[in-house]
Amino acid sequence: MFKDIEHLVRLAAVMVIALVAFAILRTAVVPRSFGQYGHYRGAAIAEAAARPVAFAGHDTCEACHTDVVDQKKQGKHVVVSCEACHGAQARHADDPASVKPAKLDTAVVCARCHEANSAKPKGFPQVATADHSGGLACDTCHQPHRPRIDTSAETKSATEGKK
Amino acid sequence: MEITRRRLLVLLPAAAVAWKFVLAGTPEASPNYKLTEHWWGMLIDIPKCIGCGGCVRACAEENDVPEGYYRTWIERYHVTDWKIEKPEVESPNGGKQGFPLNQDSGGKNFFVPKLCNHCAESPCTQVCPVGATFVTPDGVVLVDKSYCLGCRYCVQACPYGCRFINPKTNTAEKCSLCYHRITKGLTTACCEVCPTGARQLADLKNPKDPIHEFLKTHTVQVLKPHMATGAKVFYNGMDGSVR
Repeated sequence: MFKDIEHLVRLAAVMVIALVAFAILRTAVVPRSFGQYGHYRGAAIAEAAARPVAFAGHDTCEACHTDVVDQKKQGKHVVVSCEACHGAQARHADDPASVKPAKLDTAVVCARCHEANSAKPKGFPQVATADHSGGLACDTCHQPHRPRIDTSAETKSATEGKK
Repeated sequence: MEITRRRLLVLLPAAAVAWKFVLAGTPEASPNYKLTEHWWGMLIDIPKCIGCGGCVRACAEENDVPEGYYRTWIERYHVTDWKIEKPEVESPNGGKQGFPLNQDSGGKNFFVPKLCNHCAESPCTQVCPVGATFVTPDGVVLVDKSYCLGCRYCVQACPYGCRFINPKTNTAEKCSLCYHRITKGLTTACCEVCPTGARQLADLKNPKDPIHEFLKTHTVQVLKPHMATGAKVFYNGMDGSVR
């Protein structure tokens, strides 16, 4: 049919080799999970989920600190989760014996929420701390887990927050 | 073994099935969590936000966010009378240390927490040239750090300004909706510490999630609805000046 077919055969051979090389290279380079869910590496989802947590979550805290839960139930702070004030405590939850949460400075922590600001919702309890307490720590008068000052209530329980 | 027509007909489907497993890669790490059973979003109740900055601090700690960058932040709006097109917006240090006292000059003042809207039709994932950012089957927009080139296309594609380039890794970074927490049954770090319940994680595929009742009974909006991004962070009580 063709007179000099040899150069066509050579060209075809080169193309076949290039195609095979491309196919092998592609399989080697593209991660296996690429395209599992879409145009991305599917294994990245499991990697994102595998990271450790810093905040343990209030359910974890409440499993041990039942006395504080009872205290909080008596006041408005029942809706505030433990780590909102005490900070990330997953390491404490993993090893309660050796990792102890730092003691809080109520003059700083309480003011974060309760310092007066005209942008805060009107019904939210706010004070200008300089006038209200003159720099005194809030827990001089208020018990943070049950903040309303009730003159008839018993004083702070000795074990509260120390369990 | 001689390949007969009959053997070939048996072998071909078997090979196809085997190839499918090769493509699928490794199975998921957390067996109790099913990607197809969730569709994540968030509810932000603006009238409840007190601008304490707890969410910003918690996010930074949980996700090791570099100083000066924010995966979530709080804005304080000040709107004078009828000038809702020209609000004064400030966010000192992302609201991380709260907000300085402002004089009540007669206008309207309120806080607006912001974060990635985890858009279902997200503009940021569509522009990624290498498939390093994507919407997961459970509706969370994630970044694959090991695949990201740091080209910044996504940073400028996001209409909400929710992305940045991490100066340490030089890859795109953003809110992951605490994917490592929500897949373990926890809520996000910001929602965990929010003292007033102004932020609430929502699973839109879970019929028992209180979000459904809330959406039914409240006037709820998303940010920049005209951009049709399919945003899944819903704002309750949002003023028209918020953008």
